[in-house]
Amino acid sequence: MSAFKVDGIELTGLRSGTGVPVLMLHGAGGPRSILATCERFAKSFSVIAPTHPGFADCPEVDRLDTVDDLAYLYLDLLDSLNLHDVTVIGFSLGGWIACEMAIKSTARIGRIILVDAVGVRFGGPQSTELADLFGIPPAQMSKLAYFDPKYAPDPAQMTDLDKLNAQRSFQAFARYAWEPYLHNPKLRQRLHRIDKPALLIWGKHDRIVDADYGRKFCAAIPGAKLVVLPNVGHVPQIEAPEKFDALVADFIGGRAIAAE
Amino acid sequence: MKFYHFSEAPYPFLPDLATLESLRVDLPNSYYDPEKGADLFHQRLDEWCLCDELGINIMLNEHHQTPTCVVPNIVVTGSVLARQTKNVRILELGNPIANRRDPVRVAEETAMVDVLSRGRLDCGFVRGVPMEIAPSNQNPTQSQSRFWEAHDLIMKTWTTHDGPFRWEGKYFHYRAVNIWPRPYQQPHPPIWITTSTLVNAEEIGRRGYVCATFLVGFEQAKKIFDAYRKGYRESFGCDPMPDRFAYLGFAHVAETDEAAREPAKKLLWYMESGKQAPQWNAPPGYMPAEVMAALSGKSRTADFRRLDVDFQIGFGNFFTGNPDTVVKQIRKFHDEVGGIGNLLLMGHAGYMTHEETSSHLKLFAKDVMPQVQGLSLPQTKAAE
Repeated sequence: MSAFKVDGIELTGLRSGTGVPVLMLHGAGGPRSILATCERFAKSFSVIAPTHPGFADCPEVDRLDTVDDLAYLYLDLLDSLNLHDVTVIGFSLGGWIACEMAIKSTARIGRIILVDAVGVRFGGPQSTELADLFGIPPAQMSKLAYFDPKYAPDPAQMTDLDKLNAQRSFQAFARYAWEPYLHNPKLRQRLHRIDKPALLIWGKHDRIVDADYGRKFCAAIPGAKLVVLPNVGHVPQIEAPEKFDALVADFIGGRAIAAE
Repeated sequence: MKFYHFSEAPYPFLPDLATLESLRVDLPNSYYDPEKGADLFHQRLDEWCLCDELGINIMLNEHHQTPTCVVPNIVVTGSVLARQTKNVRILELGNPIANRRDPVRVAEETAMVDVLSRGRLDCGFVRGVPMEIAPSNQNPTQSQSRFWEAHDLIMKTWTTHDGPFRWEGKYFHYRAVNIWPRPYQQPHPPIWITTSTLVNAEEIGRRGYVCATFLVGFEQAKKIFDAYRKGYRESFGCDPMPDRFAYLGFAHVAETDEAAREPAKKLLWYMESGKQAPQWNAPPGYMPAEVMAALSGKSRTADFRRLDVDFQIGFGNFFTGNPDTVVKQIRKFHDEVGGIGNLLLMGHAGYMTHEETSSHLKLFAKDVMPQVQGLSLPQTKAAE
């Protein structure tokens, strides 16, 4: 069932709660990895969490096949919902989408939170700063994603529908991020355009994009702050949910953040 | 019935295959000795030249980043043989046009091979096996649609003779396409397309191209050809001639069944060497999500990979024994699949020697071909 309609496209996802509008953009694993966070946030905020076209239960849209397309789609979504002062929280791939939105227009965006985001390259042609998720056996992926493997989804517990949604998400991820792999070569030089407060939250032990990458990302956005969480990998909202929620609440509430 | 001799031109001088995890994409090329490699290339080319004397057609292919086939460009081998042979057809099966960045270059190079061979080229287009995605780095979720756009562009390139045209497609962009030379065969060389699925077979049928399928056994080959027939009837209102069908299996002919057995086993190196890491074997989007979810780690090729000549004969993948035995196997295959006009025979693989392959080719031409080439003779009239 669709939760949003924008540009003639029906998107699945979650819309719940009241308060400050928060646009939650999920990562390459699909909406699963932010579902619990969305449900918690809906108690304090107005959560808008669309599923990207092609991921999980959201139909693919032929004309949308780049992260740039998704950025315009969600800018249009904010227009169509007539939202203001929106907090955009982008997780991993969703962080890339959030940046692509913010370099285009922050007219409806109040602040940005990037969580172990991707989308930029700082190194040369042979740099491996973005772990190649298409170049490793699929079984290794959750080893890269989590500091503590106990948080990784257990394949034995997955239903047939979970498996299908996981495959659909993996394919959609490839659709948007295959080449150039997991980044837009132009994004780095455009990050200076982000003119709203930005907070970057990073897992100290992220093996997909490490904390040094997070530091470079932070330095490229004017005035951005970085918080690195210990004993956390690529998914802070799952491995350290209390710290994560507190950081988000403090940042939205305008309270001081103990950043690096 | 037409016969084509095929070898992947492998480089087999590797450590024990059991010790290697993957022979695709990531095996270091330090294992490749260029001197031995040169000998191998010349042996394979000599075998294809022998085919020209014997009246056996030639089939070529290409792969990338793998010792299982060290020909990275089908146009290179095609060019050599277009010049060195005089009589037989040269089948390029095929050009991996979904993975090529420049389809116009495929069109112009292929046109040159057609001219050089004085119109002996059969031009295959393939989507490429999943392991070809990583070397080309083309987006696997788009390979099917890239394939057809590349096809449309190549066909337009071959059949346009009144000066440049513009192409602004989804994947390919050209300002002024106007190739020299143009193809020798008019309007273009015969088109072959490979498939192992019914959906694609039906689409190939609608277009009337030659449909080739590899090592899928009697049962699946029959289903694929039936799907083709359905698509063909939709477009042409009649049943296709058997020359629209091609099947690839292994072949080794010797004086006796017993003498054929040991060399035949050597061909199974092809199966044994089909090892690849899962990330190269199943890139996301190459197959539908539904198929991938249902597989969930199960192997889809276990049966077809069995290293057992008798099993493979029974499955429909192997033609081997004395000439009369092989004639019976070919007739059986022909009848099981409802008629077939082209048999593609892998007569060399792995450590098989040049002498073994040459001996097989000579016997095949002398004692097998005359008995079976009359099968399924009717040819499609229109150039399609």
